[in-house]
Amino acid sequence: MKRILASRELLLLVAIGLLLGLISLRFPAFIAPSKLVDVFNDTSPLILLAIGQMIVILTKCIDLSVAANLALTGMVVSLINLAAPGLPITVILAVAIGFGALLGMFNGILVWKLAIPPIVVTLGTMTIFRGVIFLLTDGKWVNSHEMSDAFKAVPRTVIAGLPVLSWIAIAAVILFTVVMTRTSLGRAFYAAGGNPHAATYAGINVGRTQFWAFTISGALAGLTGYLWVSRFAVAYVDVAGGFELTVVAACVIGGVSIMGGIGSVPGALLGALFLGIIANALPVVNISPFWQMAISGGAIIIAVVLNAQANRTPGRIILKRAEHAT
Amino acid sequence: MKRRTITSLAAGLGLAAGLMSSTAMAQDNMRIALVVKALGIGFFEAAAEGAEEAAAELGNVEIIYTGPTDTTAEGQIEVVNSLIAQGVDAIAISANDPDALVPALKRAMDRGITVISWDSGVAEGGRQMHLNPSSTELIGNTIIKLAADHMPDGGDVAILSATATATNQNAWIEAAEGFLPNYEGVNLVATVYGDDLSDKSYREAQGLMASYPDLKAIIAPTTVGILASCQAVTDAGKIGEINVTGLGLPSEMAGCVDSGATKSFAIWNPIDLGYSATMLAHAIANGAEAASGAEIPMGRMGSVTLDDTNSAAMSDPFTYDSSNIDQFKSIF
Repeated sequence: MKRILASRELLLLVAIGLLLGLISLRFPAFIAPSKLVDVFNDTSPLILLAIGQMIVILTKCIDLSVAANLALTGMVVSLINLAAPGLPITVILAVAIGFGALLGMFNGILVWKLAIPPIVVTLGTMTIFRGVIFLLTDGKWVNSHEMSDAFKAVPRTVIAGLPVLSWIAIAAVILFTVVMTRTSLGRAFYAAGGNPHAATYAGINVGRTQFWAFTISGALAGLTGYLWVSRFAVAYVDVAGGFELTVVAACVIGGVSIMGGIGSVPGALLGALFLGIIANALPVVNISPFWQMAISGGAIIIAVVLNAQANRTPGRIILKRAEHAT
Repeated sequence: MKRRTITSLAAGLGLAAGLMSSTAMAQDNMRIALVVKALGIGFFEAAAEGAEEAAAELGNVEIIYTGPTDTTAEGQIEVVNSLIAQGVDAIAISANDPDALVPALKRAMDRGITVISWDSGVAEGGRQMHLNPSSTELIGNTIIKLAADHMPDGGDVAILSATATATNQNAWIEAAEGFLPNYEGVNLVATVYGDDLSDKSYREAQGLMASYPDLKAIIAPTTVGILASCQAVTDAGKIGEINVTGLGLPSEMAGCVDSGATKSFAIWNPIDLGYSATMLAHAIANGAEAASGAEIPMGRMGSVTLDDTNSAAMSDPFTYDSSNIDQFKSIF
């Protein structure tokens, strides 16, 4: 199991290397360290969201409301900043994570207590969240000159050569690698999606596990919401429109099985980086915008085909005699 | 008792006479209704300001600034019906729907009310003329000129548009390319598409800066694109080297103009638009013919010539820079 995962991630790493080589043929400056740092930084929001999405998908669910959650939380913190420019950034960060988590919990409760299919729940909340932004603002924008300087400075402050935005992504990767591999909650995510019945017999409450998955995804989306609006210095209804599909695509490319139970944080990270590199390279390699869409789509199809081949490992029969007996 | 009846009768007559004379006086005042998409929108408040300016210039004109509370065609139909009942002389409307308002406006025209549309048009049957804020040609020329104005020695410019299939933007860009030969030394190196998404526009702007190190200006004829480019140029520390320009709203662009990333940008001026619409409504109500090919004066804005759909373009988009941004950023 572990070997297959490792080789799969190795495969993706090789693909990323090939991709970078291919791009550098047309635009050599792309693989300069400073440009790669830029690319990583630009991909950080996608990495954060992909980690949350991966955990949700592990539990056999899907969260289509991440981009809308990002937009709503981004707007809420922007409005707070507009009303109280002096509020310390730590409070803004806490509000962003907390509010995002609340929105995630709302998804989670509906999935857990009312047992509504996650795709329906999050499709609904996706529209609701965007609608709420419209209600809050009447469709007006919060613009850069209305945001305080401290509010805008956080993601671009450079510490030890990397912007804070990148450091947050790195911290999230480390934190969730530990959570997924070293805690009982992390193992519960795998169990709940890998085999819900077995998980129930093992004493894991599948519904509650899914609830926590949505909460984590929501919290990460909220955090990303603040980082997004402060980085681009603008908040409006359509912020990150359609981004939820990019996030799901990053997970799929990263080897997360849409059937649940299979996936890893490094996989999600590499999947996000793969798409991030394509998104950053396409503007400089001079390809028609119509081809750009086709190329992004092609990458996803190839990943899904690879995924289908790397099927889940068949369950092992541990009590052979008992099986024959029945 | 009898006496009292006579007195009250006299008083009543006097009152009636007074009423009649005041109605007669009101008839001297031409009443022009400026109907907007919804009340409380800065853009339209500014247009009303322009209408008042025109009224003051014309004299004997009373402006009725009105509209529904939300941007619906139903709300506007109610407003138009009540204006017909009030017997106004002219209606100048920015419509929420080109077709839904036609029957109500036709009824108004049947009652002898002059009807024109401005900003957002009504189908031909429902108005005597339509005033566009600008035209494809004028916008195309303006966006190139905005960049050229700040690069006396010429140089490379790039266009960052919305989606590759956006009808408006593509028409403007095509027109801009047509005017390019008029600006010597200005070299359009690329046209890229940010899909009106901040993140994609930002990346495309970064890509332009990486691909064309000598780039002097980014022209973005879309509000999301111009803001994202401005942020990308600011983050790259290239303020002063690269001028971000195009079409944007003053309230959104104030930060970019303050930081110097944007030297100037353009969009139609709502004050001029309200002013021109009022002038045109006044001229037509006073007998100017609204037929294709007709030239109708509109005060300080010059005059317009109607095309074969009875539409006309007001002027070049209005240029905003550090000298007037503070005045307009609170308007729209």
